[in-house]
Amino acid sequence: MVKIDVTGEVVTAFLSGEIDHHTAAGIRKEIDAAVENSVLTLLVLDFSGVTFMDSSGIGLVMGRYAAARKKGAVLHVSGASETLYKVMRLAGIERLARLEKGDATKL
Amino acid sequence: MKAINSFTLTMLSRSTNEAFARSAVSAFVTCLDPTLEEINDIKTAVSEAVTNCIVHGYRDTIGKIYITVQIFPDNVVSVKVRDTGCGIEDIEKAKEPLFTTAGGERAGLGFAVMESFMDSLKVTSKVGKGTTVTMKKRISVRVKSHER
Repeated sequence: MVKIDVTGEVVTAFLSGEIDHHTAAGIRKEIDAAVENSVLTLLVLDFSGVTFMDSSGIGLVMGRYAAARKKGAVLHVSGASETLYKVMRLAGIERLARLEKGDATKL
Repeated sequence: MKAINSFTLTMLSRSTNEAFARSAVSAFVTCLDPTLEEINDIKTAVSEAVTNCIVHGYRDTIGKIYITVQIFPDNVVSVKVRDTGCGIEDIEKAKEPLFTTAGGERAGLGFAVMESFMDSLKVTSKVGKGTTVTMKKRISVRVKSHER
């Protein structure tokens, strides 16, 4: 699931629940629609509410990096738990986006 | 070594079953009292294996996915995920991080995740016949508080 907030030139997507191949497509569509319709300088993907993620989440982040870049905007990834961070690190996401770790005690 | 417990699950390759598969496996493994990290590692690896069957093995068709989980006396969990789909031409290439034949938004990290989140990974495949992925992980033995 995803909730999107647009404030000025910042789009923040609050992701929640489980991100896998099945759920990623819907999330992607909603974020891309918001990005498409805005003047964008910063796209934030907030993973605070995400309880599970496999490599489909990585595909989602890499794809949104490309979408943000196309608009001349940067990407921030925030709120990822230690568990999610483990998957992100494997993909070297920190080379594409600024990573802000979430609460390390939350799995 | 003989397994002390096992279960087999057959399901259709519908993407909605990805969540079901990883939940079923993790529920079964709970009896070994794994840490949250261990259970999440297994869930993630199962999710990758099942997604591969759906996205690659059966592509635009629906087929059957067979999952067998075995628990061995030394606390090793073995998860076998099998499809009878298209098979993999070059397994070594498929295992390379970021390599994907699916395009779109597939990161090409499925096997990399399975390899790094589990202790071992074995892939056998035959073009036109299907693919079998066997992954093993040893669950750490924790001293229970009342045994200390």
